[in-house]
Amino acid sequence: MSARAEAPALGERAEQPARTPVRPPGLAATVNALLRKELLVELRTLESVPGMSLFAVTTFVVFHFALNRNSVEGDLAAGILWVTLLFAAILGVNRLFVADAEEGGFDGFLLAPVDRSAMFLAKALALLAYLAVLELVAVPAFALLLLGPSLGQSLPGLLAVLALGDLGVAVIGTLVAALAVRTRARDLLGALLALPLLVPVVIGGARATAPLFSLTHATGPPGRWLLTLGLYDLVFGLIAFALFDFLLED
Amino acid sequence: MPALLLEGLARHFGEREALSDVSLSLAEGQTLVVFGPNGAGKSTLLRVLATLLRPHEGHVRVLGSALPQEAWAVRGRIGLLGHEPLLYRQLSARENLRFHARLHGVGEARVEELLEAVAMAGRASEPVRTLSRGMVQRVAVARAVLHDPELLLLDEPYANLDPAAVELVRPLIGAACGHTRVICSHDPSGGLAEADMVLGLRDGRVSLVAGAGDVESDAIAELYR
Amino acid sequence: MESSSRHPAGSSDTKHRRGGALDSYGKGLPALSIATVVVITIALALVFFYAPLEAEQGFLQKIFYVHVPLAIIALCGFVIGGVFAALHLRTRDSRWDMRSYVAIHMSLIFGVGALITGSIWAKGSWGHWWVWSEPTLVSFLIVFLLYATYQPLRFAIEDPESQARYASVFAITAGAFVPLNFIAVRLSTAYLHPRVLGSTSNLPPRMAFTFLVSLLGMSLLFVTLCKFELTAKHVRAQLRALRRLTDARAGAHSSAGWAGEAPRRRPRSAAPTQLPATRMSAHITGRPGS
Repeated sequence: MSARAEAPALGERAEQPARTPVRPPGLAATVNALLRKELLVELRTLESVPGMSLFAVTTFVVFHFALNRNSVEGDLAAGILWVTLLFAAILGVNRLFVADAEEGGFDGFLLAPVDRSAMFLAKALALLAYLAVLELVAVPAFALLLLGPSLGQSLPGLLAVLALGDLGVAVIGTLVAALAVRTRARDLLGALLALPLLVPVVIGGARATAPLFSLTHATGPPGRWLLTLGLYDLVFGLIAFALFDFLLED
Repeated sequence: MPALLLEGLARHFGEREALSDVSLSLAEGQTLVVFGPNGAGKSTLLRVLATLLRPHEGHVRVLGSALPQEAWAVRGRIGLLGHEPLLYRQLSARENLRFHARLHGVGEARVEELLEAVAMAGRASEPVRTLSRGMVQRVAVARAVLHDPELLLLDEPYANLDPAAVELVRPLIGAACGHTRVICSHDPSGGLAEADMVLGLRDGRVSLVAGAGDVESDAIAELYR
Repeated sequence: MESSSRHPAGSSDTKHRRGGALDSYGKGLPALSIATVVVITIALALVFFYAPLEAEQGFLQKIFYVHVPLAIIALCGFVIGGVFAALHLRTRDSRWDMRSYVAIHMSLIFGVGALITGSIWAKGSWGHWWVWSEPTLVSFLIVFLLYATYQPLRFAIEDPESQARYASVFAITAGAFVPLNFIAVRLSTAYLHPRVLGSTSNLPPRMAFTFLVSLLGMSLLFVTLCKFELTAKHVRAQLRALRRLTDARAGAHSSAGWAGEAPRRRPRSAAPTQLPATRMSAHITGRPGS
């Protein structure tokens, strides 16, 4: 049969002195491979993104009843949007490393001759992708259900703020997810660790978004807050990148 | 240059000594079989050799590189087949193998070759969670040898396999493959037959280390008492 | 531990650690304690008898001499905890992890003190137990909430080496977070309320002096308490090492392993328990190569 006919060939191959040297993949190729795997698993299981999106929409409904308001604007609108996005993001963060931890995926990666920082980059990019899809659902839902002023003009500004905020959430979320995954109460601990660390993102995001949601003419997001968000992303991006390897090794 | 050189290797977990003062030397192309009761430290030893665990004391040289300082030089030349198959259950066998192939810089042709070799080509597109344990083990073997490693670390490799499957994987991980091998085994006679060297562990300590010719299966059975 | 993969047992490195570890923590403790008590007594005397009464807030303002030093030292303690954690990751010496843990633990306690005294002051000055307009107090609350997860995080990881490593990663991240957080909150708070609690730049000289002495006293208190805790932990670790040694000598069958020790095991705590000293037991019995 084909397997047996193959067998001696493989045995011989192993004994040949000249083995084609295998070039280990560089950082970009590794990140690519990891990211493909991440997105593939998520597409198959649909564990994170649908749940996050549904949670966001449901939360908007809850807010309507809790605040007893039909429409919100300004500070209140910005706050509701950011809090909802934050909590939905935490749901995704909690699931980020679970598949790897449970199925021994770390070992498979740790055995490979690759740069280990690729894991951090790939996971953060994956989380960023999930957040982007989340916002694709949540922001229109928010505009539909609760937001008073129309989005139109302020959309580019809003996207800029969301992008910067998402970067911060992705960086901190990945670090916290890795911290929490080997502990026993991982979901709870993940949320408890992430929320205080993400307060500056909420501050920057909400303050930057509030003018975009005002009933008076929509201006661009204040530069000061974009700067704060950018600084936060940079500092914690570097720190998380540097520290991540220590969480992988044994 | 020996493939493996260990001197006084020790590894602890908290206050528990998992491995203590383990020393041995293994030449290239030879097979070391490790015996010992559960909890003796066999899997820990394998994981240290695989660079997954840092040695806490002693000298370790694998394929010429010192661990843990030069671990990066050795990864990619080692194949580990542990208790976990290291496969994502939601992905298919082919997708899993392709993922590992990308991580090791190996081409897709090799993936297909190995799927054929372990007779899994027919079910390679189904999620791993639908496969039986024996099939999963076969795919795991394929994963372990995907990158043609010089050193094979096998933890009870034939555990979930029926005799036909054992024959399938023999060319890949058996004596004929020509690679240096370290095998953890619970089967005194079968293990002894494959061994060039024998290591007996008990509570993390070396009870017995000798060439296979000098060891009787009684001595191995002693370990388990 | 880690360095011995380059230096086999019996080298000068391990000998030095063995000698040093036996008396490194208890040194200087009596002198330090006395100094602390003296300075704090002086500070109290100054607070009550020397510093002038503040015009608007009266006697209540004197809580400032307790609250602000507590807050400053807690924050410095958190950042120092991060620095020790970085040293731990770099050197893999678990003593740094122990120091990091103690620094953070103590800062947390001082932090609770700062929050309580700050709250009392707010109530006395503005009639509310909590004010959002004071950015220092607010950022402090956030920092406190973050570090309150430090012990649960440690407690939830079983393997001591992993626990120490993960805790160090957290401590460094949180340590970097402290200043960033202050900046962010400061920016977000309206500048409408005068910052009475924070500013020390325009204090009259007698108040400034009292404040500095207070600060010194609190610092000494922090260091002394940390040293006490480190010494206590160290002694406990040595006790356990000796106990295990006598168990081994008495021929307790070591294959009982974990389970055999169960009756004697202390209840699990979040505190790091590993010290290089526990490895000392091997050197004491002269076992080769451990």
